[in-house]
Amino acid sequence: MTVWGYRLPALSSLILWALLWEVVGRLEFTFFIPPFSEVLVTLVALLPTKAFLGALWTTAYAFWAGVFFAIVIGIPVGILMGKSRILDELLLPWVNIFLSAPLTALVPVLMVLFGFGTKTVIITTALFAIWIIILNARAGVRQINRSLVEMARSFGASPLDAFFKVYFWAALPEILGGVRIGVIRAVKGVIIGQLLISIVGFGALFELYSSKFLMAEFWAVLIVLFGLAFVLSEFLAYLERKVSYYAASR
Amino acid sequence: MSQIKPDARSTVSATDIAVSVRNVSKVYGDVQALKDLSLDFPRGELTSLLGPSGCGKTTLLKIIAGLLPATSGQIEVNGKTVTGPGPDRSFVFQDFALLPWASVIRNVAFGLELRGVAKSEREAIAEKYIREVGLAGFEKKYPHQLSGGMRQRVGLARALSVDAQVLLLDEPFSAVDEQTRRKFQEDLLQLVQNEKKTFIFVTHSIEEAVYVSDQIAILLPRPSRVSEIIRPSSFRDKGVDNIRRDPEYLDIVDRIWASLRSYVE
Repeated sequence: MTVWGYRLPALSSLILWALLWEVVGRLEFTFFIPPFSEVLVTLVALLPTKAFLGALWTTAYAFWAGVFFAIVIGIPVGILMGKSRILDELLLPWVNIFLSAPLTALVPVLMVLFGFGTKTVIITTALFAIWIIILNARAGVRQINRSLVEMARSFGASPLDAFFKVYFWAALPEILGGVRIGVIRAVKGVIIGQLLISIVGFGALFELYSSKFLMAEFWAVLIVLFGLAFVLSEFLAYLERKVSYYAASR
Repeated sequence: MSQIKPDARSTVSATDIAVSVRNVSKVYGDVQALKDLSLDFPRGELTSLLGPSGCGKTTLLKIIAGLLPATSGQIEVNGKTVTGPGPDRSFVFQDFALLPWASVIRNVAFGLELRGVAKSEREAIAEKYIREVGLAGFEKKYPHQLSGGMRQRVGLARALSVDAQVLLLDEPFSAVDEQTRRKFQEDLLQLVQNEKKTFIFVTHSIEEAVYVSDQIAILLPRPSRVSEIIRPSSFRDKGVDNIRRDPEYLDIVDRIWASLRSYVE
């Protein structure tokens, strides 16, 4: 973006919003919004504390476990749905229902089924991420060039070879897009899980800070969470760009 | 001077037939794509399937490849009935069908990779055929970095590297520009001579079919059948530069056009 002939660096709009935040905070409209500078100072003080690092570890563990299951189950299921008419007819309605369902409302059911521990948090996280991963993998496989499929067949590819050497790679741009959106949804899922199921990790911090009106701490944790999600999503977008050279020419 | 035989099967003995199509029919829903079609492909020669669009020539090629099942009838390759794709045949695709995420050498070696040939061995074979199709130096490039003509050379090298006895080419030059196409046709003649393989070549270009073929099967549509088999006899050994002005070449082109004219909308 250029303003008055100057080229602005990426993310410079965030500086504007931070300034606005600072001004609103200083005007003391509401206790809910402390000045941005105060949040940053709190953030720096908070980062090395045991409570924060412990919460980060707990959340990261549940998050990665959930994302892991969403990916290793979601991608093969999506690819199989894209290849098999029967499987697609069977599963597609469910995938679409769960994609748009308010999963938060399902959390109490999950608690009854799987208990109150980390396991349920991981399942919740996976459930937030998996549906879009399935749908994107399916879409990716369905747009594979027919002659690429025929090529694999004509050179005698086994189903496993066709899966790992052709279909997966041909669908990779869409798969990565699905994983990127799924990972962002998983961030939501892990926090909701930690708020509703077992009050641990970042969920517990949010609960604690908001119930005691420690808004600077509350925002500090939220900024950390946003930062982590942003870095992760940018990394996946970078991977997507790496395969985009062939996305257009399949 | 012009020697056109309506039925070439009588001139070729049975042992020299690499691929034989017997009474093949193909029905899509209620559309009869091929009806009771029989045709022999002599070993070591290039046979063109030529006809107007919709005459089922690509369908026939894919049935021979084992990619499509015939509704009735059978295909024999070296005396063995075709039930699916097999290592005795390899296919060159109209749109190249290269793996866009793989380098030229991996694409060329891909058929061997699927057969479980060790990496060093298959890459050595691939390198040989990359040289043969004139792409030496491009081994590490990716398909999107190549021109259309070069991509089809990769497709050709891949089909050659699996050492199948029968090469099936589905309008391989239709997606490349005219000049590249002419060069391709000359190279193809050389290849047929060097490789001693049976080539089955689908095209809609009359000139191309007459230029490259030992035998031309004219297919007519609705329902598809072989209307005529032409074996050009006199100009094959006169060198690539002289074919297009040979009287027999010109006669055959004219004659085919006369019989196809009424089928072109």
